[in-house]
Amino acid sequence: MSEIAVAPPEALFTLTADRWTLPFWDAATGGWLTACRCGRCGAFRMPPTPFCPECRSQDVEWPRLPGTGRLFSYTVVRRAVVPEMEGSLPYVPALIDLDEAPGARLISALVGCAIDRIRIGAPVRVTFEQRVDRVKVPRFRLDE
Amino acid sequence: MIARRTAIVGLGATPYWRRGQSAPRSMIELVGQAVLAACDDAGLPVAEIDGLSYYSGGFDSSLLMETLGIPELRFSAMLTGSGGGSAGAVGLAAAAVVSGLARTVVVVGGNQQGETRFGSITKSYDATPENAFFEAAGLIGPGHMFALLAQRQMHDYGYTREMFAEVALSARDNAMDHPLALMKKPLTLDDYIAASPLADPLCLYDFCLESDGAIAVVVTSAERARDLARKPVIVQGCTHGGERSWGRSLYWMNMPERAFLSSGHQSVARDLYAQAGVAPSDIDVAQIYDHFTPMVIAQLEDYGFCKPGEGGEFVASGAIRRNGSLPVNTDGGQLSCAYVWGMTHIREAVEQMRGTAFHQIAGAELALVTGGPSNVPMSGLILAGA
Repeated sequence: MSEIAVAPPEALFTLTADRWTLPFWDAATGGWLTACRCGRCGAFRMPPTPFCPECRSQDVEWPRLPGTGRLFSYTVVRRAVVPEMEGSLPYVPALIDLDEAPGARLISALVGCAIDRIRIGAPVRVTFEQRVDRVKVPRFRLDE
Repeated sequence: MIARRTAIVGLGATPYWRRGQSAPRSMIELVGQAVLAACDDAGLPVAEIDGLSYYSGGFDSSLLMETLGIPELRFSAMLTGSGGGSAGAVGLAAAAVVSGLARTVVVVGGNQQGETRFGSITKSYDATPENAFFEAAGLIGPGHMFALLAQRQMHDYGYTREMFAEVALSARDNAMDHPLALMKKPLTLDDYIAASPLADPLCLYDFCLESDGAIAVVVTSAERARDLARKPVIVQGCTHGGERSWGRSLYWMNMPERAFLSSGHQSVARDLYAQAGVAPSDIDVAQIYDHFTPMVIAQLEDYGFCKPGEGGEFVASGAIRRNGSLPVNTDGGQLSCAYVWGMTHIREAVEQMRGTAFHQIAGAELALVTGGPSNVPMSGLILAGA
């Protein structure tokens, strides 16, 4: 039986946000996926920063994305390098090229899938992980 | 331009220890020992130091002056970019000397891994709005980050674990009888393949060591170097920098595909060769920053020893062995000798250019040193025999 990817350890992450990144996390709490898009030239950027690197505009939009994408790369973390990781292995950090948001590659994790079925290029779909600290974090499942 | 106008005239180091084993010595002790040894090697009084050059956070110049009795400083500067700046700190020193800001500049680097291990160093980074994106994914060590790059190299270029293994095996072979090396147990391909995976596709032997130590070099003008005790090692060229397509992204991971497959060193390498007036084919020995085996291969591509996508075949051919076309990390590198944030590579290159290296490459006249594929600025250095 294949190993199943679990969620990364909650204890490693405490959400810090500012006015440029908060809309992303607010959307996740609302159960939908977004990415930062320049309000002037339309270029996507993630993580969101105070200026568009293409045109220096500070206007931003937060479109509702379909929540699908393609797996660009991944790793399978199998060793606890700090004690907080024990009990949450193996987990699978993953880079997702988001559909309808060219240039926005999201750093996330694959969950709930058989590790031996993971392939670069695989279609993935967002899911939201409810944490004990009430933060919701976007994760991805293989979409097949 | 700084090309060939300065020289390394002194080299000093502490012993190398496994992680945490340098205690109860303090970091300032290790750094001080390295600086004193480098001055002694150069035959220069410590009181003549008038410049300090660092990378990766550096050290407290006031404390170092007070501790060692350096009477007056005219230059103190630091490259950021963690291990990426190691080779470039020599260029900072050279720039200070050429510009006349300082006359005798010490470059010193060191690390001591007690409380904070490098293997989980990103966990010690500040929680920021930008860092939240990789922290949420459970990426807490550099190994996790570089595993994402390696996975894509394997996918796009067809690289295999056997190719990554060749980097580790070559390094171990160089370390086997090297007096400084911490890892001297023979390593076979079977050992490598059977090793526990840490972050796919990287296993134990793809990771550099975690060790303690400090290393310093003394830089002064090439003209003055001729009158000093040691045979000078000429700074042929040194550059640092990087492109946005890589730099914004090492912890953001949104590089365009071509940059994602590289080590981020392409612009640094281009400028380095132009400044030094040499080509990849002129390099006789290379000390390539080896925090992770796949990044050695990517740097060999970025520095023009082979084309992008051909680095795996290049190392598999035996090219980086001591008897190959480009001997790499002749002391065992950070994978098998010791990890001192890139300073070991400068040390070994100086030894090669002096002709005193333990694994001396016969007739070597030019040595390349690279700083780590990391956050920008990254750096490269070419040293020449006098």
